[in-house]
Amino acid sequence: MSSPTIQVRFFASLREQLGVGEVELSSETINTVADVWSQVTHSAKMPVNTLMAVNMEYVDLAHPVSQGDEVAFFPPVTGG
Amino acid sequence: MRVELRADSFEPYQALQDYQEQLTTGQYGATSVFVGSMRDFNEGDDVKKMWLEHYPGMTEKHLQAISDEALQKWDLQDIFLVHRVGEINPGDPIVLVATWSAHRAAAFDATRYLMEELKSRAPFWKKEQLNSSSRWVDKNTPG
Repeated sequence: MSSPTIQVRFFASLREQLGVGEVELSSETINTVADVWSQVTHSAKMPVNTLMAVNMEYVDLAHPVSQGDEVAFFPPVTGG
Repeated sequence: MRVELRADSFEPYQALQDYQEQLTTGQYGATSVFVGSMRDFNEGDDVKKMWLEHYPGMTEKHLQAISDEALQKWDLQDIFLVHRVGEINPGDPIVLVATWSAHRAAAFDATRYLMEELKSRAPFWKKEQLNSSSRWVDKNTPG
């Protein structure tokens, strides 16, 4: 059986700054969105106004994350 | 109700006419339409092209949710929403929002609501190509 994972995605300027669009994490040491950020970015400072989503719904850093979740980070949206 | 993302250029008034053909005439007395198009200037610079990125799945989900909210808030006959993604040229339409209602207030108000909510909640990001550089648009201009 493969180990439980979390899918992490970055968009727009954040994807370019971090140099990564999509990464898979082992979920064993992850409890919250903040843990996901720290692990993927090696605790980089998060840009002001960064938005985050779990399974495509907006959440905050304290939101719980469990295996199989998709977690995304991105800058303020500018559509329309 | 229909929500669409389009990767290539579209003609909003043709799309509107095609969509409206399936609505029952006589049921609506008001149609409100907003079309947003790409400018060739922003913050004092010439803009040559634009790239519109989105989050496949989440973008559609939130456009749908915003439209469902509008249907809850106002007595509308229908909503039609189209948004571009991908490469966009100055003058190209980016977004079409149309609503139909029995009386004008609901259509006017719902169209405004849909646009404002879309701009603050739907995950789209604009990257502008200037004369010799490119930049991400970091915030919306006030409506």
